[in-house]
Amino acid sequence: MKDSESFEKIQEYFKKNKEKKNSTFLYKILGNNNPGDIIFERLTLFFAVLVFILVLFMGWEMYSHSVLAIRKFGWGYLTSTTWNPYSEVFGALPMIFGTLASSFIGLLISIPLGISVAVFLAELAPGWLEKPLSFLTELLAGIPSVIYGLWGIFVLVPWLRNVVEPFLQNEFPNSPFFQGAPYGFGMLAAGIILSIMVLPIISSISRDVLKSVPNTQREAAYALGATKWEVTKIVLSNARSGLLGAIILGFGRAVGETMAVTMVIGNRPEISASILNPATTMASTIANEFTEATSNLYLSALIELALILFVITIIINIFAHLLVWGVEHRMKK
Amino acid sequence: MKKYNKFTFYRRKATNVVMLSLSLISALVTIIPLVLIFYYTISKGIAYLNINFFTKLPTPVGEPGGGMVNAIVGTLILIGIGGAIGIPVGILSGTYLSEFGKNKFGATVRFLTDVLSGVPSIVVGVVAYTLVVIPMKHFSALAGGVALAILMIPTITRTTEEMIKLVPHSYREAGLALGIPKWKTSILIVLKTAWKGIATGILLGLARAAGETAPLLFTALDNRFWSTNVFQPIASLTVYIYQYASSPYKDWNDQAWTAALVLILLISVFSLIFRIITRSKYKT
Repeated sequence: MKDSESFEKIQEYFKKNKEKKNSTFLYKILGNNNPGDIIFERLTLFFAVLVFILVLFMGWEMYSHSVLAIRKFGWGYLTSTTWNPYSEVFGALPMIFGTLASSFIGLLISIPLGISVAVFLAELAPGWLEKPLSFLTELLAGIPSVIYGLWGIFVLVPWLRNVVEPFLQNEFPNSPFFQGAPYGFGMLAAGIILSIMVLPIISSISRDVLKSVPNTQREAAYALGATKWEVTKIVLSNARSGLLGAIILGFGRAVGETMAVTMVIGNRPEISASILNPATTMASTIANEFTEATSNLYLSALIELALILFVITIIINIFAHLLVWGVEHRMKK
Repeated sequence: MKKYNKFTFYRRKATNVVMLSLSLISALVTIIPLVLIFYYTISKGIAYLNINFFTKLPTPVGEPGGGMVNAIVGTLILIGIGGAIGIPVGILSGTYLSEFGKNKFGATVRFLTDVLSGVPSIVVGVVAYTLVVIPMKHFSALAGGVALAILMIPTITRTTEEMIKLVPHSYREAGLALGIPKWKTSILIVLKTAWKGIATGILLGLARAAGETAPLLFTALDNRFWSTNVFQPIASLTVYIYQYASSPYKDWNDQAWTAALVLILLISVFSLIFRIITRSKYKT
């Protein structure tokens, strides 16, 4: 491209887009006038396509390896409660139930805690306190999940077995939620571990969402004589869909969490109302039984579990991102 | 209209104080598990933390002594393989997203990396199993590395993109004004300026990968012996922690704590080294 041509193009561009401040316009209008540019673009494009294909390929790969189980059990796989590797009958309902129930217990604890931590960080904490506290909660997110599991086995489970579970059984002898022997290992332990692991996700995303609420909202409320808590309530209600997004992302993390849950849940494929009983989740079944799967059908049933987990987490993530994006987009306007 | 009275005033004041203190308490409660986990890992892990742990192979049950040198090296090899695959893919796809990705395809890739970062690591392990272990017909370090690479990619891609976006546009214009081709501007000016941030993304990805267990259980498996062969099963600290913690032997349980402590130290050392390297590079 000749220099005069580029100059004209730039002038034209400015005339057309007076109000637009597109930061990459020079790149666009100058065109590719160097062979290196084309190679560079193609090269990076190749890797972007690679990432694109990877995600689709993952789904296809799991589908093609679980087709044996899908053909054999059909939709009944999702509703059957029998999981018996010896007779080769596989139904995933106990795992699906266990996954949802343990995540539910985890969220029950971590939602109120996480959101109030976010309120503290975004609305109350002075600058010198906010940074170290944010750092500490993020540190919590960085601890490997197997270390949570280790801590769960040797600290949390004995405490539950000796202190919490006997207490619950004494206080509520007739409650269906606290029946059975207090092993320590079980749904309750998994739920508590999950709540600790999900907490940093919920609190850090919620903090960002709360911070994106414009200050004019707070100023308006203060001007009307609201107390700090009343202002916070207004901010929270403004950010509610973003907070929901944070919760859903936390749920996504809880659903897929493997090691810590595997180590404390007891791994028994049974559905029980009691949260003291051992249970199992989709992820922990895969972790526990994958290397033991001797037959092709057993293996494909396990891969189908992974496929279900994959689909669930994709749906959760799509939903959550739409919500979080929605809020941040609205706030920018 | 309701009349304003003193009672309402005090009630509002009281609610305010109660709710704000609850918020403060919850922030303190959040720190408790962190303190507990660090306390137990350090106090229990320190018992076996000696030179043997870093130089000797694991011993059979009941035999005292022994270490986990093979697992430490194994973890390093695994994240090395993961990084060798994941870092270039992540950086280049991130570069595409920020430099050329202002179109529908870019938006799709951006979205898919978000989805990928939400996929449970165990699912990635299953994919690596079908992708590498089934064709090779045996477990290998390579399969574990592939799983870790897939887990690193979204982190590195998105950080690269975000960091490149932070580079002021005047830098590019300066490069172009000097007659430097676009691609050289991208690499020598834009990527170099954003390098510190990108390195943080890489570090984050590597640190996450070092702590992963689930995707290694049936890809890298484990190995009781010394092995650096990438086509053979390999030991890793995380899988050892899992196995030793679940075993009924007290001796092994104690070593699991030490392995956990070493893993945390390893991750910290990683972040420290990276910070030093990137700092000096940025200044010159």
